[in-house]
Amino acid sequence: MGGDKGGIASGIISIKGLTKKFGDLTALGNMTLEIEQGELFGLLGPNGAGKTTLISMLSTMLPATSGGATVCGHDVRHEEDAVRQCIGIVFQDPSLDDDLTGEENLDFHGRLYGMDFRTRGSRMAEVLRLVDLEDRRDDLVKTYSGGMRRRLEIARGLMHRPRVLFLDEPTLGLDPQTRRKIWTYIRSLKDSYGMTIILTTHYMDEADQLCSRIAVIDRGEIVALDSPEALKASLGGDVLELDIADPDPVFIEQLKNLEEVDHISSQNGKVALTVKNGESFIPRIFETAQTVGVEITSVSMRKPNLEDVFLKLTGREIRDEGVKEPKERMRIYMWARRR
Amino acid sequence: MGTKTVNLASTIYTLWLREIKKFQRNRSRLIGSMALPALFLVVLGSGFGSFFRYRSDVSYMQFIGPGVVAMSLLFSSMFGGMSVLWDRQFGFLKEILVAPVSRIGIMAGKTLGTVTTSLVKALVFLIALLAGKLVKADPAGILLAILFMFLISASFVSLGIAFAARMSDPHGFQLIMNFLIMPVFFLSGALFPLDGIPWWLRILTELNPLTYGVDGMRFALGGPYRLAPLWNLVILTGFWVVSTLAGALLFRKMPA
Repeated sequence: MGGDKGGIASGIISIKGLTKKFGDLTALGNMTLEIEQGELFGLLGPNGAGKTTLISMLSTMLPATSGGATVCGHDVRHEEDAVRQCIGIVFQDPSLDDDLTGEENLDFHGRLYGMDFRTRGSRMAEVLRLVDLEDRRDDLVKTYSGGMRRRLEIARGLMHRPRVLFLDEPTLGLDPQTRRKIWTYIRSLKDSYGMTIILTTHYMDEADQLCSRIAVIDRGEIVALDSPEALKASLGGDVLELDIADPDPVFIEQLKNLEEVDHISSQNGKVALTVKNGESFIPRIFETAQTVGVEITSVSMRKPNLEDVFLKLTGREIRDEGVKEPKERMRIYMWARRR
Repeated sequence: MGTKTVNLASTIYTLWLREIKKFQRNRSRLIGSMALPALFLVVLGSGFGSFFRYRSDVSYMQFIGPGVVAMSLLFSSMFGGMSVLWDRQFGFLKEILVAPVSRIGIMAGKTLGTVTTSLVKALVFLIALLAGKLVKADPAGILLAILFMFLISASFVSLGIAFAARMSDPHGFQLIMNFLIMPVFFLSGALFPLDGIPWWLRILTELNPLTYGVDGMRFALGGPYRLAPLWNLVILTGFWVVSTLAGALLFRKMPA
């Protein structure tokens, strides 16, 4: 290890009062957070929550307005090169040179990080094998699919064996099969290198599947910080989802007043409520519906997921703002292809 | 630690190598960028040449020969410098800027790479001019011409980088093209002699650094020159220093 200074920072990443303002807008407000060595840590939140801003500051690409952070024991503000040497980063937007081959992109990276010829050769072979791109190494990146580009970017981020790897929305805009494949790579990174991985996502299932600990971020602030299991358990009980023929505010109001109901939300004739004991609560719902005169067309029950956690914490659905983005990313790829 | 100097040299080499690789790969862009100067030389040269001679011993095509070499340098150098904008547009700039290397090294590598590729293209024209007996030069003259070519190229690459560092999107690119590159070219004396032109045109041409590059090359290549070559060299070197400082300063301050 080495480089840790006087034990002030216990974690491999230590964030203290970090704040970023763009004019009047506070992108990140007074954030304090410790991330331990070897964690697969998730930053979960909708677009514009401040996840990318946080990563930009931790990777020395953006100066903080106030507060500070250390990465691998180095101050992100005053020891830029030391921080940069110990981190790898996979950006949210594509960042490959389309006119070079996959291997040339990796070689360029290795040279920039001061690696000699032999080290570059062996590392390239290693990371290409890890992301299954050995047979496409000599093809120009412009011929790659979206998933292959993403895999190459991950491989590139690993070339210099960073102690900390930032993955900013690693599966944004990818199809479900490719996403699953990338999850496998990410898990194997953690297992085979013991790397600390910080991952941002607005996909609930991604955070749930991969991360050992999650910070839920909304409007530049951490609103919850725990393991996915603990976050879900904090909701307690079950989630019941109802379809109603004629939405009636009185019905919602009545349900809300029931003691067993932890949390309730409704949207376009769909009602979701969190209750302690789902099975025994279903009859109560029908009783209430009958007295108000509302017709329930279907009921389903499931265990709470992170989406419910987010909804409860922020009162909004994470998907509302996230839905536009895969298209946005596609647009950038199309752009790149056209050139 | 002593590794810092090695890093700077290797950063420069890495960035240089990228430009060279991309240059070798993209034949169509190479041919495209050489088409316009070739058109000027052949079509303008023959067209105007039929009724205009600079002097009894200097045809119009001989007159514009060095100017066309300068044109090739101006265009490919400015565009090359501004390709920083494309790197930003396609995200690759972030990959470079997040690496533990100095920005000066990045800029120097980018500049040297673009100067190299611009010189290769311009040398093709120079060889064509020599082969077609449109210019006459001894080895010393050719070396002097190459020195002028280097100064022209390096200055305009830095200028391109300076503009790119201040611009956020490539749409302003066309604007620079119309309001900077074309006027610099037309007002350099590359296409018409500067003796006896109106006073306002004279002021503009004398403010234009490329004027001194074109004149210097005319001297080196045995053509009709106006100023003492040392003057041209001093003024052009001054412009090179200023544009390099401006480029380096703006590139260092550029937000990632």
